[in-house]
Amino acid sequence: MLKAEHITVRYGEHTVVDDVSFQLREGQWLMLAGPNGAGKSTLIEAIAQGVPYAGRIEWEGQDLRSMKSAQLARRIGVLSQKNAVGYAYSVEEVVGLGRYAYRQGFLSGRRGEDRDCVDQALEMTGLQDLRRASMLTLSGGETQRAFLAQVFAQDPRVLILDEPANHLDLNYQQQIFSLIRDWLKRPGRAVLSVVHDLSLARRYGTHAVLMDRGRCVAQGETEAVMTPDNLNGVYGMDVAAWLGGLLSQWQ
Amino acid sequence: MNDARSLRRERFAPVTYALLTAGLLLTMVLCVCVGSVPITLSDTVTAVWNALWGLPIPQNIAKNIILNVRLPRVLCVALAGASLSLCGAAMQGLLRNPLADGSTIGVSSGAALGAVIAMAAGITLPGSGYGGVMLTAMAFAFGSLVLILSLAYALDRSLATNSIILIGVIFTMFISSIISLVVTFASEHTRSLNFWTLGSFSGVNYDQAKLLGLALLVCGSVILRYSHELNAFAVGEDNARHIGVNVKRVKLIILITISALIGVCVSISGTVSFVGLVMPHIARMLVGPNHRRLLPAALFAGAIFLLLADLAARTLFSPIELSIGVVTSLVGAVAFVIIFYRTRKAG
Repeated sequence: MLKAEHITVRYGEHTVVDDVSFQLREGQWLMLAGPNGAGKSTLIEAIAQGVPYAGRIEWEGQDLRSMKSAQLARRIGVLSQKNAVGYAYSVEEVVGLGRYAYRQGFLSGRRGEDRDCVDQALEMTGLQDLRRASMLTLSGGETQRAFLAQVFAQDPRVLILDEPANHLDLNYQQQIFSLIRDWLKRPGRAVLSVVHDLSLARRYGTHAVLMDRGRCVAQGETEAVMTPDNLNGVYGMDVAAWLGGLLSQWQ
Repeated sequence: MNDARSLRRERFAPVTYALLTAGLLLTMVLCVCVGSVPITLSDTVTAVWNALWGLPIPQNIAKNIILNVRLPRVLCVALAGASLSLCGAAMQGLLRNPLADGSTIGVSSGAALGAVIAMAAGITLPGSGYGGVMLTAMAFAFGSLVLILSLAYALDRSLATNSIILIGVIFTMFISSIISLVVTFASEHTRSLNFWTLGSFSGVNYDQAKLLGLALLVCGSVILRYSHELNAFAVGEDNARHIGVNVKRVKLIILITISALIGVCVSISGTVSFVGLVMPHIARMLVGPNHRRLLPAALFAGAIFLLLADLAARTLFSPIELSIGVVTSLVGAVAFVIIFYRTRKAG
């Protein structure tokens, strides 16, 4: 579905992403892992056409740069790690914006199909009861779920997530990841996400790209990438001992 | 689930717009009737109706005051109020900044400088003596907006509210001093400093009303056409890009349109503060933040507010006429503090 070849992103003299290539296929949940400053978020911003980059990113053979904004949005949906709304829009209005890329013209109202997609997205994320609530009154978890509902309403083929459960409590983390896993079960879909929590990456990811200082260190199936050798080298510590030690407290 | 959290104003309310239209028409009639020479409602209606249909106007009606003094002024004030308020609402949505407005971020001052320079230098367009002033005001308004946003971006890449307002305030002070300089040395060519800094609709004519009407029709249509996109920007610029808005193109079109409309208004009435800042907030309280409802509501609210402000400026200390900016600033500042306090408290 999505193919990134030799992606390089520079901010002035500083190279943030250095010659990274990978492929995302249908049904895959590809985890981008690595320490802070590895270039994970910048890489997904490049895929979302948010930063200039060298290299080529293709959607089924077509260069993403040649796509119109709405065309891209119908294929790729992005959920940022931090979302906030400045005005008192209702949850339904924010979720409804996800249908922007399907608008027929500026005078057209919301079509039946759009309404169905919004209803479905609200149902999937358990926000039906809050559909008329002001976004300003929602908790952090509810806000993140509202934006996830917006991406679901957008109905993209690939979901790009930048630390989707960051700053959320355990309950919301579990909810968000379960929702995304259910979304991925439908045919023709794939997920690409940045996750700091390696346990979550192993639990939900089918594949992984491990990055360090802008470069790709390893990629492939999650089990093959998340090995002690790879992780210890990238993080500069005994990762398994640290995470195992934390886990042992609960056993 | 939670009634306290539910929004009262979810749906488009045609009744609200019917009331606003009626309110605007009533206010316009009131503004024609009230003044240093009181005119009855029936005289006003008769004079306007007969003039519209080319019928003779009875001798006992103060035709000159109604048709040549008050009506063009009322039309210009209503159109300028609607334009400034619409621009404020669009700017607040586009920049996701409740403090954004032509006067707070320096666009109006830039337009005023353009108009003053054009007048002082005698810049005209063939066939339209006033066109040169208006075009220069529009160009300066856009240049100011680009300059302020570029400076704010250089200072803070997130284009934070505080950065834009801070630079806007400094820019306004800087431009005001340049306007003052130009007016001092070219007073015989340009209008008074008071006009440019506080605004006035004294002596406006039908030609200016037509210009304002045309500018509002063209620019207003463009702004209204982008109401979906403004909603997306108001939620967040990154979010707008992610849902498929062509962010750069739409932003540029809206900024050019806003600058053009503000430029036309300032070249005719000078800088009138607070209309574009406060009226969108009041409209938002009435119909919610969705720009499909907010923009038309802001348009009506701005027109009504400026008509009443002009009426107060003309009549409060008659025969002395205040600058309209004195009234809008006095009322607007107080209203803004109340709205901001209530919003913060509710938020």
